[in-house]
Amino acid sequence: MFETLYKSSPVSVSHETDIKLEAKNVDAFFGKTQALRNISFSIQKNHVVAIIGPSGCGKSTFLRCLNRMHEVAGGTMTGTILLDGEDIHENDPVHLRRRVGMVFQKPNPFPTMSIFDNVAAGLRLNGMAHKNHIAETVERSLQQAALWNEVKDSLSKSGMSISGGQQQRLCIARALAVNPEVILMDEPASALDPISTAKIEELIYELKKDYTIVIVTHNMQQAARVSDETAFFYLGEIIEFDNTKKIFTAPSIKQTEDYVTGRFG
Amino acid sequence: MERHFQQELESVKTTLIKMGSAVEENIIHAITAILERDEALAKKVIANDDRVDTLEIDIDNAIVDMLALQQPVASDLRFIIAAQKINNDLERIGDHAVNLAESAITLMKYKKLESLLEIPQMVPATKMMLRYALDSFILLDSQLARQVLETDDRIDDLNRSMTTQVIELLKSDKKMIEPGLALIRISQNLERVADITTNIAEDVIYYTQARVVKHHAEEK
Repeated sequence: MFETLYKSSPVSVSHETDIKLEAKNVDAFFGKTQALRNISFSIQKNHVVAIIGPSGCGKSTFLRCLNRMHEVAGGTMTGTILLDGEDIHENDPVHLRRRVGMVFQKPNPFPTMSIFDNVAAGLRLNGMAHKNHIAETVERSLQQAALWNEVKDSLSKSGMSISGGQQQRLCIARALAVNPEVILMDEPASALDPISTAKIEELIYELKKDYTIVIVTHNMQQAARVSDETAFFYLGEIIEFDNTKKIFTAPSIKQTEDYVTGRFG
Repeated sequence: MERHFQQELESVKTTLIKMGSAVEENIIHAITAILERDEALAKKVIANDDRVDTLEIDIDNAIVDMLALQQPVASDLRFIIAAQKINNDLERIGDHAVNLAESAITLMKYKKLESLLEIPQMVPATKMMLRYALDSFILLDSQLARQVLETDDRIDDLNRSMTTQVIELLKSDKKMIEPGLALIRISQNLERVADITTNIAEDVIYYTQARVVKHHAEEK
């Protein structure tokens, strides 16, 4: 019935404006096991891109390739990833991870540090010593992460003393403090209740004014709500990449249609 | 394993088909009542409209539940959007069947007219449009839906011609005011039914092809 609707081209978003990140023919491996096959697509500056797909499809692996965390986990990759047109493998990975921050599924504040120190840790590691400057950056980051009003009177309390949703926003503030350009989020709200999830989603919407965001999520409604473009991964391949509205109203590839409507498998 | 949600979608489609059949039957009966001056049949059409109204509410409720509980996307979303509009369209066609039946009863108060002017030509075209629109929904046939869109201009022309002819008739015979107005109402109701069938056809095209064709959107 929908034959005329479906096409075979997996990547159909045109990119005439600024490209922040670009994957070209990316293959990734864990030992001999291939986790990603020939992934190519670009991410525009100040856009939110959601990566969806069933468990084991390679979406988290791809995310970790973007800041070379994949190699930290013992993996390898071939192909090219460009950040502002430069190959990320030609530069220092520590410097790369300062530019491409990451927020994980489970909130992971440094357990022995206060709320303030959690946010300041990255700054100090990067050599910032000026107290006032650190305090200003901590406040700005907590405000950007929509957490300042909730913790401004308890900055010396442990980072573990606040709720899970607040801890996740603390981790976002920690990532923002070192002034990254891209933020990678791996299931950032999957361990949170609906109110905390809504706050994270609002935050993503606000943050895209200043940052480029790539989010991996199992929650398709979340992908639909927060992202400008969506990539559907399956068995290590990119099946379709398009505007999110298109993916969730009239996807071009039948596999995408079957996945987003729950008919998959 | 078929999804529970899939069964709910199928159930809405089945109820819409049932409603479409009821509405089509009412339109055919109303037209027969006009052509054959059958008062009992006209009254039956008026009574049967309650059944259409009940089905409309059932479908509305099912759609609200699915939107709230299933958060449909892609073709499921397009189906639900189309189904909601078609539900409304069928209910309106049901109302036009009632209007036609009431006009049939009005005409019966007067001696049989020698000519119903353009109505004999409007009737088969309107019936065909309704049939094709419903079939296009049942079969998910966008080509058939496009045929419905192509027929609407002819009904519009016949309706305009009908109005002109009735005005001429009234100028020559003032006793014809009430039956003349009944003829205009019949013509206008048939024209509205034809219009609504094009809306159904547009919704079928939206569902099957994800294309908006109303208001000549494809040409813009």
